[in-house]
Amino acid sequence: MYIIGERINGMFKNVKEAILAQDKSVIQELALTQMEHGADCLDVNVGPATRDQVGAMEWLVKTINEVGEFPLSIDSPKPDVIEAGLKNCRVQPIINSTTADPEVMNKLLPMAKKYNSRVIGLTIDENGVPGTAEGRTEVALKFLAACMEHEIEIEDIFIDPIILPVNAAQDVPKRVLEAIHSCKMLSDPAPAVILGLSNVSQKCNNRKLINRTYLVMAMAMGLSACILDPFDDDLMDAMITARLLLNEDIYCDSFLEAYRQKHSTAKI
Amino acid sequence: MELVKEKWTGKVHEVIIGATGAEGGTRTAVVRAGGETTMPFYDFEGGMPNRPVLAMEVLDKIPDEPSESLKKVFGDVWGDPGEWARKCVEEFGAEMISVQLLSAHPDEGDTDEKHAVETVRKVLKAVGVPLIIRAPGVAEKDNLIIPAASQAAAGERVLLGSAVQDNYKTIVASALADGHCIITESPIDINIAKQVNILVTDMGFPTDRIVMDPTTGGLGYGLEYTFSIMERARLAALGGDTVLAQPFISYIGQESWRAKETKAENEEWGDIEKRAPLWEAVGAISMLQAGSDILVLRHPHALKIVRQMLDELMGK
Repeated sequence: MYIIGERINGMFKNVKEAILAQDKSVIQELALTQMEHGADCLDVNVGPATRDQVGAMEWLVKTINEVGEFPLSIDSPKPDVIEAGLKNCRVQPIINSTTADPEVMNKLLPMAKKYNSRVIGLTIDENGVPGTAEGRTEVALKFLAACMEHEIEIEDIFIDPIILPVNAAQDVPKRVLEAIHSCKMLSDPAPAVILGLSNVSQKCNNRKLINRTYLVMAMAMGLSACILDPFDDDLMDAMITARLLLNEDIYCDSFLEAYRQKHSTAKI
Repeated sequence: MELVKEKWTGKVHEVIIGATGAEGGTRTAVVRAGGETTMPFYDFEGGMPNRPVLAMEVLDKIPDEPSESLKKVFGDVWGDPGEWARKCVEEFGAEMISVQLLSAHPDEGDTDEKHAVETVRKVLKAVGVPLIIRAPGVAEKDNLIIPAASQAAAGERVLLGSAVQDNYKTIVASALADGHCIITESPIDINIAKQVNILVTDMGFPTDRIVMDPTTGGLGYGLEYTFSIMERARLAALGGDTVLAQPFISYIGQESWRAKETKAENEEWGDIEKRAPLWEAVGAISMLQAGSDILVLRHPHALKIVRQMLDELMGK
């Protein structure tokens, strides 16, 4: 499971304040601790913190670079903000994200190629988010085809079938599970499928329980990457245990510790 | 036709055993085990930087039920571990010596730590190759013998054996204090193999000083179980499971010479003088294919066969 830590996001109050005050320590601390807690990559999102999104993105990326060479997921709906992040990345970044709308793809896929970036494709096109699993898979296929045209390697592609909050769209989590499964069938080798997990529990009660339950279900369907909160220890424990039950890690009595040790040494 | 190649992300740790004068020891050379970035001998796919090491075994007592084949070769040096080791190195080209402190076992003589220290000193003096020092595997005796033997070889970076799930603290402390490597041993059980590695590293023991002994089943006596466990562990290691990314040691000699096929006279089975070392060699070559990095052998003819095979597999 490829983990993208979600905490460097201007939606969070401490990050917003740090961006406004240009306080590097808050951001650097968040970068280091998320990596220690099991992140493989850090999401970087300026959010609504400031009007100067390009400047803020540059500052965030450079600030993180000062404490380590971490893969970054450059998260913005605006291509110029994304490019500002990509330009400053020192290891292969991820564009988070493009839709399958040709107009958007035509801007972002050449950018992915230019900066040797991986790319997350949302299963949304010019007509919006399809209501069914089949519809999401169809859009995913369109995105894959466009990636092929732009000579982006399959290893560098993530498909995000878009999860919605369970209280607002209760039929969606199950459909997304089906979509994960069918997206894995789209090519051989299969594309990575990713979710922005916290979205499933937006404005719900018992958020953490909902998040970890859904993560485990999605992993069973073939989820390969996830944007989540690595500080949620119960969530990480559930993820590690799911890996074990899916025969992705060899069991030992200290399996939680073994995963964490493996993960921390693998990055050095 | 294009070869289908795996892209591995993991790498087996490289463990250096032995310390020369420059490194604070007295060994004439060191051995390097592990470091693989692919399955055994898949040189088209990745690297196998170190040739598997061929060690020979020396006991600190005369074997109780000696095989006639082994007696012919070693009968004159049995009872003298120093001379026995010298013969293995000088006549047969052993690259390491595994000193088995077997006589400390309550059923094998119950000798004390002084005896162990003496044995270790004799072998260190007699040969220049790196040593493996292995206690008898009975917790209460191991915990006396290992610290003494470890101290007697301080600075020599020997490979000390063995840490097991229920008894690992003494050996880890000794190896840390005296600068040695250790063997983590498990009873043909991959889950325990992983667990022992976790326990040992939790004590702060460095991963580049650990060699795994998954316990070897001899040919005809469970070799296939060992094989599949080693293969699974190595696949996990190459896939990024660093907890299992340790070189393997295989006590294939010990296991082979327990089998009736190396002991029994039986005309239908062919000449025992040929058959017995062959039995050991075939087991050893199987362990190489499973990913073994250090083979501990008994018969010089078996060693010769395995060495020839390695020459062919690795290119001389």
